[in-house]
Amino acid sequence: MPVTVKTFATPTEAAAALSSDRSACYIGGGTLVMRALNEGDVSIATIVRLEDRSLTQIRASGARITIGAGVTLSQILRERELSFLHAPARLIGGPAVRTNATVGGNLFAPAPYGDLAVALLALDATVSVMSGYGARDMALEEFLASRDRSPGALVLSVTCDRPPAPEAFRFRKVARVKPKGVSVLSIAVSLSAVGGRVSGPRIAYGAMAPTAIRAKAAERALEGKTLDESGIAAAVAAAAEGTSPANDAIASAWYRREVVGVHLRRLLLGQDG
Amino acid sequence: MAKTPLQFRHNGREVAIFVDGGMSLLSALRDEIGDHSPKFGCGQGGCGACTVLIDGEPVLSCITLAETVAGKSIETADGLKTGPELHPLQAAFMDNFAAQCGYCTPGMLMAAKALFDHNPDPSRVEVIEAISGNICRCTGYESIINAVLAAARRTERRA
Repeated sequence: MPVTVKTFATPTEAAAALSSDRSACYIGGGTLVMRALNEGDVSIATIVRLEDRSLTQIRASGARITIGAGVTLSQILRERELSFLHAPARLIGGPAVRTNATVGGNLFAPAPYGDLAVALLALDATVSVMSGYGARDMALEEFLASRDRSPGALVLSVTCDRPPAPEAFRFRKVARVKPKGVSVLSIAVSLSAVGGRVSGPRIAYGAMAPTAIRAKAAERALEGKTLDESGIAAAVAAAAEGTSPANDAIASAWYRREVVGVHLRRLLLGQDG
Repeated sequence: MAKTPLQFRHNGREVAIFVDGGMSLLSALRDEIGDHSPKFGCGQGGCGACTVLIDGEPVLSCITLAETVAGKSIETADGLKTGPELHPLQAAFMDNFAAQCGYCTPGMLMAAKALFDHNPDPSRVEVIEAISGNICRCTGYESIINAVLAAARRTERRA
């Protein structure tokens, strides 16, 4: 069924169009919305587009970097400033999906998709959101928790930490098919060490809940510990706490809970596989 | 509902068509232009049968909103040959038995062309990565990978 496509030049106009029409849906790269239309989703009557150059800009300032919501995964892979996101970006889809898929869209991808959001969550990301009431910044964790209850929100950009060193940020996607497979689960870890001991670790999971989540119990168990077998044991033991993975065609919830600790251990110890 | 006028380059030729709201690029190419080389496979961006190039970059035309390609250049498998002369990729696919039912072939060819245009001498790993979004359910991937690598050697000899 044909839908109405509305294209706007400014975020304010696009946000107003989204908030005034419950059947309106924002389209970024189209990997989610066009898929829904192809499946005959009749809840979408209007597609809202925004053509604003700021959506595809990347701005680095100090230890943080702001990525426009319209930046594609291919663009990330071409950008040296974003080398820390190359691993998760390269593991999403094939090259053709990455040409269209955007940073903003990935925040809306339902589990087991949305691996980039997992990486951004571990990098303490904030999301700039425009609604009918204006623009505001919110923590990515808060955004993801309220995502499905707040239609009409327009994501403008994501701002995250730039890891001070390559080993300070680690990402692992567990998939049965390589190089392109859907996640059994994904894990991102952001670590800083003071005097050889972990300080303020952030661990995020994908496909372990309906959205990307922080592994708070494992984070607490890792605080102040050394990155060796005995130091990480408590975090590995607590790896599945607070998770609610799904049974789907890729893996069962039981399997995901069983293996999340195995992969967290390997990631923390810097092991392959 | 009113249709929207849309102009773009299709295999080097300017085209002007009308599209329905929400129409995919795949439907625009197949139903409005009559280029049936890109195939409808899954409609979800998961199989790669609809792969075309937009300004040289591979995209899945089934999940690309037609209106977003205004003014851009679209290449499909239909435009690969020059007169009776097959593109080196097409010839290599024939020589290496890289097609069985052939449904995935146009998408495979365009994914491989996107790689070739940036990297004329790809490694086996690079070929595997380039076609990683394209599913073949009958031939298997080995003969396709071998065909792409053979096309690279064929192109090298021509140069």
